[in-house]
Amino acid sequence: MDRTPPPIEVHGLTKRHGRVLAVDALSFDVQAGRVTGFLGPNGAGKSTTMRLVLGLDRPDAGETRINGVPYRQLRWPVREVGALLETKAFHPGRSARGHLEALAAGGGIPRQRVEESLDLVGLTDVADRRAGTFSLGMAQRLGIAAALLGQPSVLLLDEPSNGLDPEGIRWLRELLRSLAAEGRTVLVSSHLISEMALTADHLVVIGHGRLLSDASLAALTAEYGSLETAFLTLTANDDLDGNSVAGPSATDHHTPDRRRDDTSLAAVTRRRVPTRRNP
Amino acid sequence: MSAVPDHDQSYGFSHAARMEWIKLRTLRSTRWTLLATVAGAVGIAVAIGANSRDRSSDLTNNILAGIAPGLLMLGILGVLTMTSEYSSGMILSTLAVVPNRARLLAAKASVLGLAALAVGEAAAFLAFLTGSATLPDGQRVPTLDQPAVLRAVVLSGAGLSLVSLLGLGLGAILRHSPIALGVYVVTGFLGGQFALLFAPSVARYVPLGIVGNSLAVVTPKADDLSPWAGLALLCLYAAAALGTGGWLLTRRDT
Repeated sequence: MDRTPPPIEVHGLTKRHGRVLAVDALSFDVQAGRVTGFLGPNGAGKSTTMRLVLGLDRPDAGETRINGVPYRQLRWPVREVGALLETKAFHPGRSARGHLEALAAGGGIPRQRVEESLDLVGLTDVADRRAGTFSLGMAQRLGIAAALLGQPSVLLLDEPSNGLDPEGIRWLRELLRSLAAEGRTVLVSSHLISEMALTADHLVVIGHGRLLSDASLAALTAEYGSLETAFLTLTANDDLDGNSVAGPSATDHHTPDRRRDDTSLAAVTRRRVPTRRNP
Repeated sequence: MSAVPDHDQSYGFSHAARMEWIKLRTLRSTRWTLLATVAGAVGIAVAIGANSRDRSSDLTNNILAGIAPGLLMLGILGVLTMTSEYSSGMILSTLAVVPNRARLLAAKASVLGLAALAVGEAAAFLAFLTGSATLPDGQRVPTLDQPAVLRAVVLSGAGLSLVSLLGLGLGAILRHSPIALGVYVVTGFLGGQFALLFAPSVARYVPLGIVGNSLAVVTPKADDLSPWAGLALLCLYAAAALGTGGWLLTRRDT
């Protein structure tokens, strides 16, 4: 039987940053046609996971696939996957239009998509200005334009609402929902739980690089009352697990595990500190 | 849904090269660097030509000293072509489009190398023509129909292209602008000065010294490499830097 693979697959993904286990045997799939929120506290491994899916870094173990293929082997990467990892993934001396033109040329994307993407994110009027002069919100819009340039079927967006004003956040929410409604796959990370509750249909929650939950918004709110409560309960239990259990996976025994450091009072109280953006 | 791949099987070297060409020409700093290379070469060549008194010296070599600022500027351009990707975050966008690191570096090297070759030859020929035109009367004016003179001019332009590739390779190896620029300047310029003082026999192998002392000469000097040996060694340096840089790019995390 030929089955279409899930658009995004993460299997047993493990990545160390020096002595820190950033992603720990993480596995999940992301399905098409819905917005999947990717949640976790600061340092949970969301960005690391996204970088691994995009082939920017190499995993220590496990693998990731997009439409059944590792990113580095995609035939037309930016036509299949649109990504936003950091607000500023452009040269400050190049205009927004020049930036998108270069990416379009490399991806074999028709020139007209540059103007369409600029128009979509509302940057047409400033398209010839050096992108280094852009505000945070404008830079973020340029990143979103770059992600949508190749009309990809899969989108990976790390904190896309960073720097957007309330109007921009609503615009982004509606954009993501309409992209999912067109049958595309949308994986979006955010610290803004309430925003995710409005945007996402499905949620993947991770803590300390491990999967804590992979469930629909409806299921989580039914069980916990609200997404916020679900998130805080899941991540709190995760921290407590680290306190009581030596380590859930064999690899941890050989690792000076961050988790054990995190069993301190600081780690428990850290949850109460509102954290809005990645360091 | 996703755009269906049309005629081509997948993105290739030509796509990567087109992207790199647009990236190069859409930066104002590139234009200024290339313009300054030509302007500096002509300005110095005219100054040297007009003040030449010594009939016995290699006048072509003297005039071609004008390309010296270009050696610095094109090398820096090469370094920054790679390192600015990392300092700005652009590398994330670049590798999203061209995840094949070796193909990316090959495209960068081809585009930069050809652009630097075109500008380098323009700088060398303009410097020679203007510099020799301003030689005082009574000098034996070198002309391009003398094979050794033509060789000196052509190889000077080629030298400018090769040092830009050496810079690109260093940038790929080191990735941080200040470090890579420092290494380029120290090995390329200061290294040559120190070598002359403390180890004169090594000086002939210093990359930037080769351009002035081996490539841009009509009469090869006894202490230096011959023009063709110098060219071969400079090619080797650039290839070694690019090869090492490419090897590291494919193995390191971004």
